[in-house]
This record gives sequence, structure tokens and C-alpha cells, in this order.
Amino acid sequence: MRVMVIVKASKDTEAGIMPSEQMLSEMTSYNEQLVKAGIMLAGDGLKPSSAGARVQFSGKKRAVVDGPFAETKELIAGFWIWQVKSMEEALEWAKRCPNPTGEDSVLELRPFFEATDFGDEFTPELRAKEEQLAKGIRENQAAKR
Amino acid sequence: MTAPDLSRSIVAIWRIEFPRLVAGLMRYTGDLSGSEDLAQDALVAALEHWPRTGVPERPGAWLMTTARRRALDQLRRTKMLDRRHEQLGRELDARPDTHAEERDAALDDEYGDDLLRLMFVTCHPVLSSDARVTLTLRLLGGLTAEEIARAYLAPVPTIEQRIVRAKRTLAEARVPFEAPRGPERAERLASVLGVIYLVFNEGYAATRGDDWLRPALCEDALRLGRVLAELAPEEPEVHGLVALMELTSSRARARVGPGGEPVLLMDQDRGRWDQLLISRGLAALTRAEALGGARGVYALQAAIAACHAQAREASHTDWERIVALYDALAALAPSPVVELNRAVAVSMAFGPAAGLELVDQLASEPALAGYHLLPAARGDLLERLGRAEEARAEFARAASLTRNAREQKVLLDRAAGCGERR
Repeated sequence: MRVMVIVKASKDTEAGIMPSEQMLSEMTSYNEQLVKAGIMLAGDGLKPSSAGARVQFSGKKRAVVDGPFAETKELIAGFWIWQVKSMEEALEWAKRCPNPTGEDSVLELRPFFEATDFGDEFTPELRAKEEQLAKGIRENQAAKR
Repeated sequence: MTAPDLSRSIVAIWRIEFPRLVAGLMRYTGDLSGSEDLAQDALVAALEHWPRTGVPERPGAWLMTTARRRALDQLRRTKMLDRRHEQLGRELDARPDTHAEERDAALDDEYGDDLLRLMFVTCHPVLSSDARVTLTLRLLGGLTAEEIARAYLAPVPTIEQRIVRAKRTLAEARVPFEAPRGPERAERLASVLGVIYLVFNEGYAATRGDDWLRPALCEDALRLGRVLAELAPEEPEVHGLVALMELTSSRARARVGPGGEPVLLMDQDRGRWDQLLISRGLAALTRAEALGGARGVYALQAAIAACHAQAREASHTDWERIVALYDALAALAPSPVVELNRAVAVSMAFGPAAGLELVDQLASEPALAGYHLLPAARGDLLERLGRAEEARAEFARAASLTRNAREQKVLLDRAAGCGERR
């Protein structure tokens, strides 16, 4: 499964304060670990919201609003995309991250939708088939014991 | 954290660390079963201690230290402790906890070497190909026997027995825990790559069952490949294989229709191709080529996949380049399947008649006797030449040869549709 790990913005990231050299080196070594573990697909840091803009929709109307945006805690400062076996695995890797944005930081983990989440797997017919298959395997096992 | 949360978290940590634990313990025990048992003991110890003490700051190091101590205790008990182990024991006892970062980095490198050795062991030619796959998924992929059984639609006891037997075979053959050097290395590396690619293919072109695609196996194979690319970054074919898997996976979503049926390459909605995997695959291919590996078996196949990945529309495909790449592949690793693919590429570049001529030369090839894609390809070429009756017979034959239910349906539909479109 894929998970997006979102680095929430902080006062420092929004003020454009660049991370210290030590922070950068810790982050580099953390990223290396992610790559060595084969889970890192992508990742990047984002400029503060003062460099950003929003397009607001209201029915057919479109309005562009320039940053910065006030609600710091709702903003994001960076992201990774990981491929992991489970949310538990992703959480353990996230805990190993050096504190990313200063004293109080938040990483938010959000799994991607997968084909199986809304694909044919969810039709009753196929689910029944899968259950039948699982039953067959169980019986097969029981027979061999 | 509540107790169930904590034990879930401990198990997750242990699963992350499991391959490195087993690999790191191999230098003490030289024996896979012993290493696996010690890793298991370390999990039990963690489940006992961590609820009281909290999860340590470097849980991987804690697990490794715990398991190593137990390994040494066992060795002391069995008086098998030689000077080398004595030294490791002293280091373990004496290591101060200062310079932890530095030490971790050094340990990381050490573990990396151990992981690579472990990969060479689990993919050792003394094992059958099924045994290599199962043991590699278990010890390096960190999958449980239940998960492997589910992926391969096999009963759990079969997988468990296969693991036990594989470990016994390795012990009896006294396979050393080392990364081979010199001329042996290329051959052994080819075996490691072969195992990873086998896992990938089982996931991508499921040979058994009702599914056309088992994405979990593709992900496991990709992960093993990405890990290997970091362990042996100087080996061009490792990057070639990673490139091939990334590029092939990029099409997975587009390859299955709404009813779960396969959609062939030329009919796929290219907007659904995964651009992240495509860019990763192209980068890996560039890495392989930069290391002088453009003519490797995997790099050539990756280059073919790259031709497709870079064609925004099916009609933009550079078929002449694909034919040239298949020529190189056929010269390097001649096989009837490569010849068949080459014939299809020729038909796209130079017309169906030219392709059919090549396919017909393969008709008597014994290796392709039961291979459903031969009549499928022939049927396609005949249909393009307007020979509907013959095409229908070929599609029907192809359908009778495949073991995949989804694929069978597509082939029968094509047989039924022959001549209708014209």
C-alpha cells in the first residue's frame, strides 16, 4: 500500500526559517534509511504558504487567493510517498523521523486509495468467490494435517 | 498507548527489523533456523520488557543486542565459542553508548553487507526455484508463511514445509554465509535477480487462479529490488531489473478493466499509467546504462518497456527501436518467447504479413507447444490480415491453453468477435 506522509507546517516553516545544518544532516540520514528499506517512492519540501496561492470554487465561479494563509496548523510544509505493507509499518517509520519542524511537529499519515478499495473486489459476486477460495484452501489444509 | 496498540507496534517494529536481525545473527550461528529462532526470542523479550520500560529510542539496535547476547550465551553453553566470537562478545559488552549515531551508521553498513549475504544464501542454486522464492520472501521480504501461502494460493503447511526443507538443504550443503566474488558472483547475482523477477511475474501475470494481477507480490518484488539496488549499487543489472519492474508496474492500473478482465497494452488508457513509477523506472534505467549495463538482459527489457512508457499514444510507439532492442535481446538470451515478442514488434513496425512469417517459423518450436500466447499472437495477425476464420480457430486454441480464467474469457470473446468488426 502507498501512504502519503504529510509534514504539517509550523510557525518556523511558515516564517521561511531554513532548517539548521544538523537538522538537514539528520533528515538526510533518515531519508537514506527509507531508501535502503525500499519504501521511499518520493518526497519533497514545500515553500511557505506566502509563496502559494489558492483557487476557490463557488459553483461556476473561480477566484484566486494569494498566500500567506492564516491557519498554520492546517497547512503543509512537505510530504513523502511511501510504499509499505501496513499502516503499522508506516507509523513505526514515521516515529523514527527526526522532529521535522522545530519543537512541536506533526506528521499526518494518509493511505492512498488502492484499486481494491473500489474495484471489482467489492462486488458481492467476487467477494463470494474469494470466500469460497479461502474455504477451499482451509479444507485442503485440514485434509493434509 | 493502550496494551493492544503497544503490542501491535512492537510486532510492526520487529517485522521491520526481522530481515536485518536474521542477517546479522547469521555471523554468529551460520545457520538460518538458529538465527530465525534468536530473532523470535528477541521479539518475546521485547514483548516482555517494552510494556514496562517503553519502546527504546533505537528499537532495532535493542533487538539486535538482545538477540546477539542470547546467541553468545548459547555459544558459550555449547563451548563453540572461538576467538572471533569471543572478540565480538567483548565488543558487545564494552561498547559505550556514546557516539551512538556514528556507531549506528557503522552498524548499518555492517547489516547491509549481512543482508546482501543473506540474499545470496536464500537464492542459492542448491535450492529449487520454488524454495528460493519462498525462503527469500520469508527471510528478506519478512512475509509470514501464511502471507506467502495466500499469495501463491497454496496451503500453509506446504509453505512451512518448503521453508524447513530449504533451510535443511542449505545446512547440509554447508552453504557459506558470504557474498561470492570473482566469476561466481555474476552467476549468483543472476540467481538473486531471477528470484526477484519470478516473484514479480507471479504477481503481474498470475499463472494460477482467477486473478489477472496480484499486486501484493509485485510490491514485494519491487521492494526487494529497491533494497538490493542500495546493497549492490555498482551492479548495472540490478538497476536494469528495478527499472523493468517499475516500468511494468506503472501500467498495472490500466491493465485491468472494470470487470477485472485484462486490457492489452495497445488498448490501455495511458492516462492511467502511473507517472511516478515511470519516472522512477526511467531513472533506474539511466543508472543501469551509466554503469555500462545498457545491453543487460533486464536493461534491454526495461528499455523496451521505456519505449512504451514514453509513447503518449499507442500510435506513437517507436516500434522500430523496439524491434532493434528485441534483436539485441534475442542475440544475448535467445528464447522462443523473445522471438515471439520480436515477431509481434516486427508486425507493428513492418506490417502483419512480416510478423506472421516469423510467427509461423515458431509454430514447430517444442518449447512453445503449450504456450497460449503463440496462437493468441497468430490469431491477432491473421485477424489484421482479414483471415477471420483462421484467426477464430487460433483464439479458441489459445483460450484452451491458458490456465488463467480471466485471460481465457478475453480470448474466447476475441474468437467470437472475429470477422464481426469488418
